[in-house]
Amino acid sequence: MQGFFHSVRLNEARCKGCVNCIKHCPTEAIRIRNGKAEITEERCIDCGECIRQCVNHAKTAVTDKMANLDRYRYNVALPAPSLYAQFPVKVQETEIETALISIGFDDVFEVAWAAELVSAAITEFLNSPIRQTHKKPLLSSACPAVVRLLQVRFPELLDNIVPLPPPVEVAAIQARRDAATKTGFKPEEIGVWFITPCPAKATTVRHPLGVKESALSGTISMARVYGEIRRAMRHLQHRHDNPKGLGRSGVGWAAPGGETEAAHIENVLVVHGIHAVAELLEQMAMNKLNDLDYIECLACEGGCLGGPLTVENRFVAEKNLKNRMRNMPEKIEQEKVELSPEVQPVEPRSMLAMDNDIAAAMRKIEAMDLVLMRLPGLDCGSCGSPSCKALAEDIVQGRANETDCVFRLRERVKTLAEEMVDLAQRLPPSLNRTTGNDLEDDDET
Amino acid sequence: MGEPVLSVVFELIGGDFSLAGDASSRVKRILQQAGIPAPVVRRAAIAAYEAEMNVIIHADGGTMRLEIHPDETRLTVADQGPGIADVGQAMQEGYSTAPDYVREMGFGAGMGLPNMRKCADRFDIVSAVGEGTRIEMVFRHNGPA
Repeated sequence: MQGFFHSVRLNEARCKGCVNCIKHCPTEAIRIRNGKAEITEERCIDCGECIRQCVNHAKTAVTDKMANLDRYRYNVALPAPSLYAQFPVKVQETEIETALISIGFDDVFEVAWAAELVSAAITEFLNSPIRQTHKKPLLSSACPAVVRLLQVRFPELLDNIVPLPPPVEVAAIQARRDAATKTGFKPEEIGVWFITPCPAKATTVRHPLGVKESALSGTISMARVYGEIRRAMRHLQHRHDNPKGLGRSGVGWAAPGGETEAAHIENVLVVHGIHAVAELLEQMAMNKLNDLDYIECLACEGGCLGGPLTVENRFVAEKNLKNRMRNMPEKIEQEKVELSPEVQPVEPRSMLAMDNDIAAAMRKIEAMDLVLMRLPGLDCGSCGSPSCKALAEDIVQGRANETDCVFRLRERVKTLAEEMVDLAQRLPPSLNRTTGNDLEDDDET
Repeated sequence: MGEPVLSVVFELIGGDFSLAGDASSRVKRILQQAGIPAPVVRRAAIAAYEAEMNVIIHADGGTMRLEIHPDETRLTVADQGPGIADVGQAMQEGYSTAPDYVREMGFGAGMGLPNMRKCADRFDIVSAVGEGTRIEMVFRHNGPA
């Protein structure tokens, strides 16, 4: 999987090689090598947890530049519902939309609209006979970091993902269609940009999940757009009127529980925060949650409102969102719209096996156990691996040495020093005066 | 040199619900590291969990032995528990002798043994009242026969 595109990157100049990120990575994808954090591409799920944890701001999310809009004749902004939660309720939605136009977009298309459609499709799926053949409970397909966590750590649960596209893809297709009709431009001349609260969505454009290819042209960081919107707001001239508007049930997707509430599912569990999600999936894999109908898992604490690329504190953002929702109709789309794109099964990306050959893997597990017994078990991270267990695995895989452990190194130095003292005391007979003299005497006789 | 076998033994402590599921999660992790196919890992992990819970609920303690062979995984769970008087009855879905406090915790629904049999490709149980129970399960890596 060489050259796998990741939105989450390291800013080398800022990285001090501390252990904050390696300790918090849910897939143990980071090691410290040569004093810098190194991300293992195959394991990274772009959840952005390391961005949140890095005190030196050395982890960043790569998204498109506004300048990339120049590649298209017509550009549509697709704001994630969480964008509106970044502003207090006194800033009207139309003002935010107008600001998007004034910073370079030609039109705005709401992802919240698509979220409404997907909500209805989830309800329909849960009540359909096909659902009976599907595994229970169903898992939401909305959060790409969660879907990738499933690929890497829980491949056995991939079949439980609800076979429906994430709202952003539904929105992207419709936005391009609408723009083409309106302008007469060819679809490829139209840029469709998701204003993203997270790097996970940015990666999805290059490596789509559950759809054949992403309909998005790219993603633009919410934090970056936020700054531009703020500046543009000072001198807004015209007013952009969004014909579709915003509905409560679609906008609610930005917060935990919004999806399942919009889909009217009662027997549901809502989990947010990548570590809490992993723990729950562990339970699910043991068949402990079979009584549930649906699980809404979100990688960020606070759902999309807590995304690494959001600006506002997530609790404040949630208040903003709830206040806004109070003034919205439940739905804006009254018609039933056929959902596209079609969904594809998500393939596993399992990285857990020690070797492709079972016998070789078994030998490595045994070797790993022996190494682990010699390690101190402090999980200090000084070796550059997140835990002693991870170091043992790295050693067996040839990616690290036992002396990378400072405690093992110290022991080795101590043993070596003792041996040297011992050796220093041993003298060859030719230099050994006490016994040597006797021998000389003997020789003379 | 015969065929490679990896074997690990886990101690199980009866009545300690704080550790419940620990041994089976470790079994699962090892099977994943060994590269056993995901559906087999899932079946074995679920069976291991059920067996582990049975020991914790009913017995003072016991052991779970994991043996990985290139073509199959074996799980042997033995306890020094009260034993099962009527194994045939215990194998029926919904039959349970778990005390109320255990059921209140959501365990003891009488699905443990039937679930284990469903998950395993081979399932053997030997039990003697007053002595204990021993369950042997085999999971073939190329799926159920």
